Amino acid sequence: MSISIADLNSQQIDVLKEIGNIGAGNAVTALSKMVSKRIDMKVPIVNIVEFKEVADLVGGPEMLVSGIYFKVSGDITGSIMFLIDNDSSRTLINWLMGKNETNAELDEIELSALKEVGNILAGSYLSSLSTLTGLSMTVSIPSLAIDMAGAIMSVPVILFGQVGDHVLLIETDFIEGINQVKGNFFLIPDEQSFEILLKSLGVI
Amino acid sequence: MAEVIKVGMADLNCVYPPDALITLGLGSCVGICLHDRETKISGMVHIMLPYSHQIKNNSNLAKFADTGIAKLLDDMLKMGAKRSKVVSKVAGGAQMFNFNDTSDIMRIGARNVVAVKETLKNLNIPILAEDTGGSYGRTIEFSSDTGLLLVKTIGHGIKQI
Repeated sequence: MSISIADLNSQQIDVLKEIGNIGAGNAVTALSKMVSKRIDMKVPIVNIVEFKEVADLVGGPEMLVSGIYFKVSGDITGSIMFLIDNDSSRTLINWLMGKNETNAELDEIELSALKEVGNILAGSYLSSLSTLTGLSMTVSIPSLAIDMAGAIMSVPVILFGQVGDHVLLIETDFIEGINQVKGNFFLIPDEQSFEILLKSLGVI
Repeated sequence: MAEVIKVGMADLNCVYPPDALITLGLGSCVGICLHDRETKISGMVHIMLPYSHQIKNNSNLAKFADTGIAKLLDDMLKMGAKRSKVVSKVAGGAQMFNFNDTSDIMRIGARNVVAVKETLKNLNIPILAEDTGGSYGRTIEFSSDTGLLLVKTIGHGIKQI
C-alpha cells in the first residue's frame, strides 16, 4: 500500500513545499521573461483540504476565472491547474501581444496565447521537477475553461474522490506589481505518486 | 424568513419549508434535489462520482450518486417526508475541459448523470426537470416552498426549472 495523505509527516510536507518552490520558481522566471516584467511569487503552500473547502482556496466557488488544465503522466501522475482571474488574464495578454484592450473577453487568438502561457509555465515547472528528482514526466496539451472557480477545480478534485476524502494541492501564488496580475498554480499529484516523489528525493 | 442552506462538494442537506438549498459552482459534479410535494420537505446532494462499489474508499456516502441519493431520501423520510410523494430535479454533469482522448475520467460528468438517472429510476423517483451536460459551471438553488430550481451560469443565462 502506498503512502496516503493522512500518513504524510511534516518533513515530507516540507519536501513537497520545496518541490513547489523549485517548480514554480522556474515557471515564474519563464513568465517574467516572456512579458518582461518582474513577477514575485509567494512561498508555496501545501494544502490538504476536504473537497468542500477547495473552492474557498481560490476566492470562492462562483468567482470567474480562467483555468488551464494539464494532465501529468510518466513516472508520476496527477494534474496541473493554472488559475488566473479574468482581469489578470486580460492584462497578461495585453503585455504579451502589445495591446491596450480593455474588453475582458478574449478572442480566439488571445485564448490560444493564454493557453500557450499556461503551457510554458507547466513545462518549465515540470522540467525543473524532473531534473531535481530524476523522474520522467510529461504534460498533456493545455485545455482552457473560463468559468466559475468551483466548477473548474472540481475536475482535478474528482480524480482524488476515487481514493479518499481529501485533496493535496501544492499551491504557489504569484503577483506582478500592485496586484495587476494574480494567479495560482496548483500541482496536484495523484495519491499513488506521493511515495515515488518522496522516494526519488530520498525522504523515505 | 426563509434560510438558504449551503451544500458543499460531496455533501448533502435537508430542510423544512420555507428554507432553500444552494450549491455553488457545480462542474462535472451533479446536484440532485429531492422534494416531497405534500410536506415540502426537501433535500439536496452534491455528488462527485457515479457508483460507490467501483471505489475502495467509500465511507462518505454523499460522494456517490447511488449512496448519496439513498442517504438523502433516508434523511428526508426521517424528517417526515412521504415516500410516495417524492420527486426530483437534477442539474450539473458538465464537461469542463475538452481533451482529445475520451478516457473515462474526462467524461465523468456524463457518467455521473447516467448513474443519477439510473439510481432515481431504481428508487421510483420521477425526474420532473433537468439541466445537465454542456461545458459550463452552474450554481443551483432549490426552494422547498415552490419546488423550483434556479440554475445560474456565467455566460449561459439563468433559468428556473
